[in-house]
Amino acid sequence: MLIRGHALIEGMASGTLLKLAEPLSLWGGVDLQGGRIVDVSHPQRGAVLAGRLLAMPGSRGSSSSSSALVELARSGHAPAGVITTRADPILTIGALVADDLYGVAIPMLVVSDEAFGKLTDGAVGHLWCEAGEAVLTLPDRGR
Amino acid sequence: MKLEPIDRALLAGEHGAAAARAMALLVRYGTACGAERFIAIESAHIDGCLYHGPSSIDFAQRFVDLGGKVRVPTTLNVAAVDVTHPGWHCGPPEVIAQQETLTRLHEQLGCLPTLTCAPYQRMARPRRGEHVAWAESNAIVFINSVLGARTDRYGDFTDLCAALTGRVPLAGLHCDEARWPAVVFDLPSIDVAGLPRDLYFAAVGYVVGRRAPGIVPYLRGLPLDANEDELKALGATGASSGALALFHAEGVTPEAADMPTGGVKAEAISPAETAAAIASLCRAAKGERVAAVCLGTPHYSIDEFAKLARTVEARHRSPETEVYVSTSREIAAAVAEDAAFDALRAFGVHIVVDTCTYLAPVVRQTSGLILTTSGKYAHYGPGNLGRRVALMTLERCIRSAETGVVAAPC
Repeated sequence: MLIRGHALIEGMASGTLLKLAEPLSLWGGVDLQGGRIVDVSHPQRGAVLAGRLLAMPGSRGSSSSSSALVELARSGHAPAGVITTRADPILTIGALVADDLYGVAIPMLVVSDEAFGKLTDGAVGHLWCEAGEAVLTLPDRGR
Repeated sequence: MKLEPIDRALLAGEHGAAAARAMALLVRYGTACGAERFIAIESAHIDGCLYHGPSSIDFAQRFVDLGGKVRVPTTLNVAAVDVTHPGWHCGPPEVIAQQETLTRLHEQLGCLPTLTCAPYQRMARPRRGEHVAWAESNAIVFINSVLGARTDRYGDFTDLCAALTGRVPLAGLHCDEARWPAVVFDLPSIDVAGLPRDLYFAAVGYVVGRRAPGIVPYLRGLPLDANEDELKALGATGASSGALALFHAEGVTPEAADMPTGGVKAEAISPAETAAAIASLCRAAKGERVAAVCLGTPHYSIDEFAKLARTVEARHRSPETEVYVSTSREIAAAVAEDAAFDALRAFGVHIVVDTCTYLAPVVRQTSGLILTTSGKYAHYGPGNLGRRVALMTLERCIRSAETGVVAAPC
């Protein structure tokens, strides 16, 4: 399966998809030293973001989530890449600063709601974001 | 994005290397926002001065190393600790030095160390229609709604980049149409809601935030004599429960009369909803032990101190219960010098400055409830501090402080 979208942050990443069932605030919702979801109200509490392709159905809450993403990058627990359905300015500035300060690239891809719906949690994917264009490739599942 | 000559000059380093770096980040940010161009701002209010971790320092240090200076008047939000009363700090001790470093770096960049979440009360009041770059959720909703100034929801990093360049992308709540209401709420009056006046505004804010996450509501039926402290409470609570960044209130807020409401869907908020909001934020039983009363989230105003002084006059606090009020250094100094506030000193009220007790652990008693009049404190306090918190009227808070246990509702 090949999904095209809009690249917010350039770069390449491979990893296992972590598809969130609900929005998540990185600030207050994630342990910044371990990259684990700690929000008690989140259905995927305990899941680890580090090194994953994080698929987020919108983000929630604090404007300090940009700091949270940079702290995750500094501690080596940032997601490998981020896939959203809307351009999120807060996460975008976080990814830009993570690269600027620590040289950690977190490519970001915006896809349509329809394409987002096709993503499967746990699939291994490869993300390629360059100059506004982005492609996510995933293995086809028995079809 | 289409760049004006000033934008290109900033990017090219004609105003220094720090401004060039900040502008490069803003161009990427503006592109992600879908903005077509930049606009000038008149002031900035920085939230990134609140210590989150070493990256907070690394970011500010980078601009200091490049010789950066803010290009517009810039105020600072609260810090993670009250550095003037370090003995009150019950959190990790190393945070004091880290926070001092972060504050000093921002001062080196030319920011004013106001260290308050409510500079709009006295020191910095953006005018109607003025474009500014303010961060911190209660400040954003207050200046947008109550003062009619224009800021988008800025957060860490973007706020400082805007201050260092004097530019922001024309996006979000800077644009006319984005300020138009997407929903009209018909509110119950205070009488119909059946709530004490000082809980009513928190209750309305909480429900509105929940029902209108990320959109602009138009409120019909808010009391026409609502004062700034009450609107501050409404906005801060709505920003906590649902990212409220701008509300209009008919007959109350400055832009309301100009807002197109025809064709906007109207919904009623019921007295049952406001009552349920208060009940969810006040899970306390009469007679439970009270460790502390925490007021001033957002920072207390002079008027609120005057009301507190009248409330505690000739009363005696239980030694089991501490009373903390968070405010700015500037307002604390005014209160300290004025004999009209002697009743506060007689009651043993601690005035915490530069920070806020919903962030900074200052309550020494490790058991017992924390009582507050703030919907924002009641929303965030339990997660931030790991404490049980109950929202109630000022009179009930003080009556509880007299006995050390939760008083009956007034």
